[in-house]
Amino acid sequence: MTPPRAQLPKSPTGIQGLDEITGGGLPTGRPTLVCGSAGCGKTLLAMEFLVRGATQYHEPGVFMTFEETGEELTANVASLGFDLDDLIAHGQLALDFVFIERSEIEETGEFDLEGLFIRLGYAIDTIGAKRVVLDTVESLFAGLPNPIILRAELRRLFRWLKDKGVTAIITGERGDGQLTRQGLEEYVSDCVIVLDHRVSNLICTRRLRVVKYRGSTHGTNEYPFLIDEDGISVLPITSLGLQQVVSTEQVSTGIPRLDAMLSGAGYYRGSSILVSGTAGTGKSSLAGHFAVAACQRGERVLYFAFEESASQIMRNLRSIGIDLEPWVRQGLLQFEATRPTFVGLEMHLTTMHKQIAGFHPGIVIVDPLNSFINADNEAEVKAMLMRLMDFLKMRQITGFFTSLTSDASQLDHTDAAVSSLIDTWLLLLAIDAGSERNRALSILKSRGMAHSNQTREFLITAQGIELRDVYTGPGGVLTGSAREAQAAAEKATRLGAQQEIERTQRLLERRRTALDAQIAALRAEFDAQEIETLAQIEREQARAGQLALERVDMAWSRRADAPEDTGGQP
Amino acid sequence: MSTEQPSDVPPVMEPAPVSPPPEDFLLRLYVTGVTPRSARAIANIKQICEEHLEGHYALEVVDLYQQPQLGRGEQIIAAPTLIKELPLPLRRIIGDLSSTERVLVGLDLRRKD
Repeated sequence: MTPPRAQLPKSPTGIQGLDEITGGGLPTGRPTLVCGSAGCGKTLLAMEFLVRGATQYHEPGVFMTFEETGEELTANVASLGFDLDDLIAHGQLALDFVFIERSEIEETGEFDLEGLFIRLGYAIDTIGAKRVVLDTVESLFAGLPNPIILRAELRRLFRWLKDKGVTAIITGERGDGQLTRQGLEEYVSDCVIVLDHRVSNLICTRRLRVVKYRGSTHGTNEYPFLIDEDGISVLPITSLGLQQVVSTEQVSTGIPRLDAMLSGAGYYRGSSILVSGTAGTGKSSLAGHFAVAACQRGERVLYFAFEESASQIMRNLRSIGIDLEPWVRQGLLQFEATRPTFVGLEMHLTTMHKQIAGFHPGIVIVDPLNSFINADNEAEVKAMLMRLMDFLKMRQITGFFTSLTSDASQLDHTDAAVSSLIDTWLLLLAIDAGSERNRALSILKSRGMAHSNQTREFLITAQGIELRDVYTGPGGVLTGSAREAQAAAEKATRLGAQQEIERTQRLLERRRTALDAQIAALRAEFDAQEIETLAQIEREQARAGQLALERVDMAWSRRADAPEDTGGQP
Repeated sequence: MSTEQPSDVPPVMEPAPVSPPPEDFLLRLYVTGVTPRSARAIANIKQICEEHLEGHYALEVVDLYQQPQLGRGEQIIAAPTLIKELPLPLRRIIGDLSSTERVLVGLDLRRKD
């Protein structure tokens, strides 16, 4: 027992994705069988294994080919950027073309393949090779008589490769009912990889599967792979779990009023957004807004267009005041426009992966999603979308998908299929009422945020999408002329109320004026009375004084008393 | 094996044997070490050459263990391999050469039939 769990030593292939599936590469010092039908990429995979080994892992390799000459092989892989001549010149690679011409050969008794062993051994020793490829060793069966001897010798060969300690790839043609024509899988039993390419709906997809990996765990699914100018890349997406870290940061939709509906700030970063709607409801326009908003924040946006060309999208969006061109020029926005039918689903996925990995966008727009769907591939599309969304989430990339629905009243297949993967789902509707079509938007769901439940009408104006004020009528939200009518009616009501208030105010004013006049009249009356009264008092007093005077005078005249020292005595 | 009738040839009518070749044969036998099979092959070819090509051949025996670099250029896979370099066309005869009949066919000394 070795202290920690001893891992089988593995030699990385350097092929994108394959090392992830196999948990680190092919078994070191053991042969691996790579089999598949003609043209599925066996030779290429084997060659990339050697070239990557030589250039990235300092493990020289021997390529023994039974099918193509060294020159042909060199020319074939030159398109992938592999310079075999250079590697050979630096002693990193040895090519050996084994030529067998059946007509030249006459069997005259017992033989063995020791000649091949010596040849291979010599090549290995000359450059100190750690990796060996035999492509396709089964050609021996066509070139040499006596399959019984060949079988025994091949068994010995694989044993011998193990003893040599080289990591080998042996390729084999797919046979009937078994993995290879000659049943090589019986001999090479450490690791078996099957390549396949299938045509479905006129579209061909390459797939890879690790059938067997002795002493190691491995991904067991079929993984699509792609051969392009960078060699092979395999897509091990379904190995992903649900372990994404989520962000609470929100990113603007590019439409302030829509942000407001989404708890004030927009979509969550790293979430998946689906915008579904019938034709012409403004899905791409929403995408355009979102893209521009992201570019203005300095984020990169990758726009996958599956129905329109880049220039067409840009022209169309420019007409509603969304100018994407400066961002494209600045390199913040990149368009990738392809026809969905151009390649298979998996190929699309792989291409998208590569482009995303190369461009590092913060936002990925797929417009539209469901152009992939045709009659019978719904499950596959869902699987593909799930992988794509998972991939985006893993990288905290916000995914913005549009989906064209056929009928406003019922949600399309795709939508239903992917709805569980979607975090924020906007529904764009064309409301057909009062002999006009109007656009409306509602938020079907938005996970993890308080969002508006209001259906909002929006207009596509020369300044982009504008959400209108809400006018609700008895039948729901009013749109178009109905909204205008409602707005007019509300305005009339408001105006009437205003006038009523003003009238009341005027009445009050008049009353006040009348009251004031009354008060003034009363006061005037009072003043008159007061003056009268005072005058009377004065008169009375005067008269009283006069009487007293007269009494004194009378007394004086009667000489009744001594004169008092009172007034008026002369 | 038992069909050996060397040079007491009746003129034409006999099935296979062709008159001794006018040109010289250049033969090269590649063996892998001193194994019983190698030894058998060497003995066999020597005997056949003596019997059928006397004085008209040059035979070279190459041990691939000694000169492994030759394997590639000569396209050796099986061992032992006898290569008839001359006269043309080139022929490869593999095995321990114990089937004289087939060796003769391989050397174009007898027609396949």
